[in-house]
Amino acid sequence: MEQIVVPKKHNLRRNLTILLVAALIIGSARFAGFSIVGTLSGILRGGRLLGRMFLSPAWSYAPRVVDPLVETIRMSVVGTFIGALVAFPVAVLAAENFIRKPLISRPLRFILNIFRTIPAMVLASLFVAVFGTGAFSGVLALAIFTFGLISKLTFESIEAIDYGQVEALMSLGANQINVLRYAIVPQILPQFLSYTLYGFEVNVRAAAVLGYVGAGGIGQVFEQNLSFRRFDRVGVIIILTFFVVLAIDFVSSAIRRRLV
Amino acid sequence: MEHTGPISVEKPFDIYRTLYRIVNYGGLIAIILWGFAGIEYKGIMQTARGTVEALLRGFVRPDVAYLTTMTIDGLPYAVLETIAIAVAGTFTSGILAIPFALLASQNIVGPHVSKVGKFIVTAIRSFPELILALIFISIVGPGAPAGVLALGIHSIGMLGKLFSESIESMDMGVKEALESCGASPFEVLFRAVIPQVSPELISYTLYRFEINMRAAATLGLVGAGGIGAPLIFAIRTRVWPRAAIIVIVLVVTVTVIDAVSGRIRKRLV
Amino acid sequence: MIRFTDVSKVYPNGVRALTDINLTVEEGEFLAIIGLSGAGKSTLLRLINRLIDTTSGAVEVDGMMVNRATGRQLREARRKIGMIFQGFNIVKRMSVLSNVLSGRVAYHPTWRTVLGLFPEPDKQIAYRALQRVDILEKVHARASELSGGQQQRVAIARALAQEPRVMLADEPVASLDPITTVQVMDYLRQINVEDGITTVANLHHVDLALKYATRVVGIRAGRIVYDVPIKGLDRPQFFRDMEQVYGRPIHHDEVLGEA
Repeated sequence: MEQIVVPKKHNLRRNLTILLVAALIIGSARFAGFSIVGTLSGILRGGRLLGRMFLSPAWSYAPRVVDPLVETIRMSVVGTFIGALVAFPVAVLAAENFIRKPLISRPLRFILNIFRTIPAMVLASLFVAVFGTGAFSGVLALAIFTFGLISKLTFESIEAIDYGQVEALMSLGANQINVLRYAIVPQILPQFLSYTLYGFEVNVRAAAVLGYVGAGGIGQVFEQNLSFRRFDRVGVIIILTFFVVLAIDFVSSAIRRRLV
Repeated sequence: MEHTGPISVEKPFDIYRTLYRIVNYGGLIAIILWGFAGIEYKGIMQTARGTVEALLRGFVRPDVAYLTTMTIDGLPYAVLETIAIAVAGTFTSGILAIPFALLASQNIVGPHVSKVGKFIVTAIRSFPELILALIFISIVGPGAPAGVLALGIHSIGMLGKLFSESIESMDMGVKEALESCGASPFEVLFRAVIPQVSPELISYTLYRFEINMRAAATLGLVGAGGIGAPLIFAIRTRVWPRAAIIVIVLVVTVTVIDAVSGRIRKRLV
Repeated sequence: MIRFTDVSKVYPNGVRALTDINLTVEEGEFLAIIGLSGAGKSTLLRLINRLIDTTSGAVEVDGMMVNRATGRQLREARRKIGMIFQGFNIVKRMSVLSNVLSGRVAYHPTWRTVLGLFPEPDKQIAYRALQRVDILEKVHARASELSGGQQQRVAIARALAQEPRVMLADEPVASLDPITTVQVMDYLRQINVEDGITTVANLHHVDLALKYATRVVGIRAGRIVYDVPIKGLDRPQFFRDMEQVYGRPIHHDEVLGEA
């Protein structure tokens, strides 16, 4: 049978993309000094340490972990609450389909974006420098971080609402406050609450480590024990924190599923 | 008969509904009050005013010389290292997340195994990356590799969940078609499942890269490489012009990466 | 040859899909299976290549007991059985060629096919299959760029690339417009006649069955209730007999006419 000859496929673009991405990844790994061999040998060497952390943790230390853990949760609650409280009005102002004043919404969005680029840990270190160590600095950092997160998600939700309801109210002669109260709030409230809970989950995880820079919570105890190389206690802290975070995640995501 | 007086409409009183509301709202308020009760406000430190002023002065006159220091001690190197950690960490987790995602997908492994898989993925997500970084520092020593590992493991949690969601919503007919050709499970995976979901997978991975850029910037705080180390040092020693330039560069870098990555994601899906 | 012996299928949720199926499809036949939605047509088809397991009884294809085949054996049984689907089931994000080459996976070790390393003869088989359904010029196109009829032709090419002995078609034209329906059915008949590939097709339209098949089997509530060859068929009698399959006779003006 004769051979069928098919013109070659031109996928220069695709091949170049693959090559570029591969180069970026390999270059990055090398730049970061990351190697699989090094990691594996490190894990073999470090295995003993992991054993001390997780195989024989100092359970007697557990009661002294409870208070800082509770403080961590409190920090998250307060930080989330303040952040969400401020986020709502700001999100309304930043949504382009409601106020319709680019002079307000544009700069607001710009500022929100900047807030979202600064990690909570960096904020916390700055606040510790200004306000001193302790939970207060941590709460402030969390509040600002949550504010950035929730307001972005919320203004995107506002922009995606069913605009027919707004028009219906306007046709009745409603003013902007009426529209907000009867068209926008009812539509986005479940989503807003869901985002707030999501922010809370993120915050619990963040709060657990903020103490490392002195901003209160379990992280502070963690840092102390780590610097004294009390790995048996570090193990206890990690295990307990892990279960608390996991429990909060489960409860919160169960509520979120019911909300939306 | 025309009714002229005021019309009264009885609002039925539902005791359970009312109780439900009281428990919900009351509980929420109680939790918030409980939270506030535990946060000790020690008052603003005497030095706060001076610190804020110095900080603001730093932002007005940032340490530009640090930005142009092209050695290993300069800011460009730290930024590059941060990006490298984020790239390598994200890529590692993107690959590692695939088996976890399959394990968590009901249409691949069935309802029972997928529950276990979903739990594992959630559990991984609950482990803060900074704690992972500290663990890896004690294993492979301080530096960027620990950061790569921390991000690589932690991100499996989120990516595994998102990946499994897109696998669960994929068109199963293609899987059936490949099986009808006599394909083995691996062939079904690589010639039907992954080609179908790959744009979503890549899009999620890019999204995670944006998050990991921020995370990589904090890893240095615990000694896992990147821009965080000089930043925390500048803050602790109160060299505000330097802290300011680092924060500014961080904000600009993250913003640019967000914009580029967001554009690619829009084109992908 | 395909042979069902006392085959029953009960789904785990208790639904009885098929009961006591005894059916022999001879080499080279074009068998059309008709019946209402949910009568068990799709299940019957999927027992032939064991996409679904039988509950009891035996399914034999070319001398192999498919219902007992596993692993390597099943792979080899399946590669002799091509299948096309209502929804085409091709990977829309891959090229036409990659899709057709998927028909060759059972001929090579997994590592090769996963890496996409198909030898040149396989590519020739794929090209030839595409040529059979007149779509070779789209070989490098992305499948998503093709129309529905073209996608179904790619699916037929994929099945052809398996070099099958049996072709299964599950509602192959239910998502297509009348004109492409005729095209796709013509290709199926051509393959059946020229290559002598035994074809079993589930069809929604009785008149398509009459036009293309050599034999019609009717299924109702999981049982075979009708089985006649098309040759020498008394059409008026046939439409009256459809009451056994559909619960009521079909009037001549209800069919699509010359589709």
